Amino acid sequence: MILLCVLTFAAMADEARPLAANPVTEVQVRRLSEELRCLVCQNQTLADSSAPLAEDLRNEIREMAAKNMSDQEIIDYLVARYGDFVRYRPPLKSSTVLLWLGPFALLAAAGVGLVVFLRRRQGQVADDPLTAEQARQVAELLNKES
Amino acid sequence: MIPEIGHFALIIALLVALVQGSVPIIGAATGNVAWMAFARPAARVQFLLVLIATGCLAWAFASMDYSVLYVASNSNSKLPLQYRIAALWGGHEGSLLLWAFILSIWTVAVTFFSRHLPDAMRARILGVMGLVSVGFLLFMLTVSNPFERLLPAAVDGRDLNPLLQDPGMVFHPPMLYMGYVGFSVAFAFAIAALLGGELDAAWARWSRPWTTLAWLFLTVGIMGGSNWAYYELGWGGWWFWDAVENASFMPWLAGTALIHSLAVTEKRGSFKAWTVLLAICAFSLSLLGTFLVRSGVLTSVHAFATDPQRGLFILVFLVVVIGGSLALFAWRAPSVGRGGTFAVLSRESLLLANNVLLVVAAASVLLGTLYPLFLDALGMGKISVGPPYFDAVFAPLMAPAVFLMAVGPLARWKKAELPDLARRLRWAFAVSLVTALLLPLLLGHWTPMIGLGLFLAFWVFAASIQTLRERLPANGQPVLPRVRGVPRAWWGMWLAHVGIGVFILGVTVVKGYETEAAVRMHPGDISHLSGYDFTFDGVAEVQGPNYVATEGHLRVSHNGQPVATLNPQKRLYTVQNMPMTEAGIAASLSGDLYASMGESLDQGEWSIRLYRKPMVDWIWGGCALMALGGLLALSDRRYRVTRRRRIEGEELP
Repeated sequence: MILLCVLTFAAMADEARPLAANPVTEVQVRRLSEELRCLVCQNQTLADSSAPLAEDLRNEIREMAAKNMSDQEIIDYLVARYGDFVRYRPPLKSSTVLLWLGPFALLAAAGVGLVVFLRRRQGQVADDPLTAEQARQVAELLNKES
Repeated sequence: MIPEIGHFALIIALLVALVQGSVPIIGAATGNVAWMAFARPAARVQFLLVLIATGCLAWAFASMDYSVLYVASNSNSKLPLQYRIAALWGGHEGSLLLWAFILSIWTVAVTFFSRHLPDAMRARILGVMGLVSVGFLLFMLTVSNPFERLLPAAVDGRDLNPLLQDPGMVFHPPMLYMGYVGFSVAFAFAIAALLGGELDAAWARWSRPWTTLAWLFLTVGIMGGSNWAYYELGWGGWWFWDAVENASFMPWLAGTALIHSLAVTEKRGSFKAWTVLLAICAFSLSLLGTFLVRSGVLTSVHAFATDPQRGLFILVFLVVVIGGSLALFAWRAPSVGRGGTFAVLSRESLLLANNVLLVVAAASVLLGTLYPLFLDALGMGKISVGPPYFDAVFAPLMAPAVFLMAVGPLARWKKAELPDLARRLRWAFAVSLVTALLLPLLLGHWTPMIGLGLFLAFWVFAASIQTLRERLPANGQPVLPRVRGVPRAWWGMWLAHVGIGVFILGVTVVKGYETEAAVRMHPGDISHLSGYDFTFDGVAEVQGPNYVATEGHLRVSHNGQPVATLNPQKRLYTVQNMPMTEAGIAASLSGDLYASMGESLDQGEWSIRLYRKPMVDWIWGGCALMALGGLLALSDRRYRVTRRRRIEGEELP
């Protein structure tokens, strides 16, 4: 009886077991599920969602990971089944070129525009040195005024 | 009866807004003083009417009048009073009313704090705000009426979405809207200046405090929303690049650019056209954000089609406001003078470069948010644009912006010398580089992103120290008078910049060194995470006002010393039968301990997620510093001086 109690106690003060059976594949599952969309949720990654369908999909990924499939193979499989919609990192293709290159093209254009603007302005500074002085006086007057 | 009074008040408010939006502007154009004088009383009457309408709807919620469709859809008799009131902005119609109400608050505030403005300017500003109000009131009265009756009345309401039943719901949306709508003041100033052709330094000076105040509210609103998501959604994320978040972030980016551009326009007379354009952009993004979040278009493009009138109204309204103001800009801006001159390298040019980066960042967020909608609408397939995309695009845009931000305050106006700047910032660069390389070794591991984040954070800190040293040179005087000698606006700038550094540090450390464990726990089990021992003491039932919860009890100890108890809950809201998680968090400056309940497994076992999130609170601490900076800038002497002068001036005969 005492032995039983001790055993029960020992069982109670147990080290908590990880939820995942295999911690190694779990890292991969985690990494992938952060990039994939829960298909029934409003806008959540698989990692974040607690919807039953997300759970099923995570299990499916877990099984594939256990079969030593690579990230790319798993993503390819899911895209073949659910389309690009399942990926939060849209693939680069003709319909998404603008999406991926847009920000950097815009940055380049803005950068060039900025340099041209600044240089042209500087050219005009040299032409009309009096304006700077006047501008300073105006600013001074304005500061005094209030 | 009371809902009809509210409805009626809205109709009258629309008529008053029409007068406010037309008569004063015509008066300003024709120089008719009597017509211009219409602006102030009209704005105040409109405020009272919208206040009555909002009060009526709040009354309907508080008194549980389920014969009002909107109340029946968003409330329930079991809902506690504070959430019944907050449910007012829980849905589409009510949030539009809140928008209109807050717009009328800003408008009435302008009537009180604009006595120093020329009559024509004030008339135009209030007129433009009246026109914006016309749009919203008309929208509510035609296709989105919050006072619509439901006959026969519902026995009970369908309840507020349980996700929204949180103290965050009471404060977050009004704060956010105060920010969004606050940009309408900057917008109205800009349009008024374009109409009157008076784009001068005085215009910039007048609109600066309004813009700072709106930006301050928006900062606090976004911060609150992020913190709310952190503890409510149950996995400890604080930013998801969700379209709803992006909708508030885009105006913030544009507003931040606007604040800086206004500073240059006021101090140096430059960038006038650019500043006007930014004011238009910030408000347009606010409008777009409101409608993105509230039109249902985000859930599906086809939601638009289910209610075509609403969608059409929104599109037309956006086109009129944005297109109209841009057309006015294109017409008037070329006549704007160019103002003070400056060299290719100067504080002006650095501020302009940062402005450009902020605007490109805002445009990228816009692109990423709208792209899936456009592809879908064009029938080119469904894609998802999520955190991996935004992280990849946003970091390369913001890193140079933050780098330049730290340099800007050290550069001289008009002309700066690169060798001189480099000499003054040498040590700051060295310190941040060494920290970025060595600190990660101390903390555990190094990745390029951790290195970049730490470099930027310490670059901001070190450069801020250098800025402070130059501003407060050691001249033998005691510190306090020297500190007081510097204008509060400067301290505001300094503090907000330090806040960016604090924010980046928090983000970097929590992203780089967060640890988590998903475990199954019997009562009595222990789990170890980053040197902390989590002991599970089982669960207890907790009865809430409109939910039942299973509360887990976890004791946390560190090196045998108890440090915290965590009580995460798993709630079931009984009306909609919807499960919700409520995380158990022990917060501290060094980091949070975070637990959330998963599923009940067999034999009293629970799946539980445990997290250790180092320095996560620095994220919101950084935002709070930015907001505090805004507050300091607003309390600057020069604004108070103008007001005192004004009062003195009025006492003279």
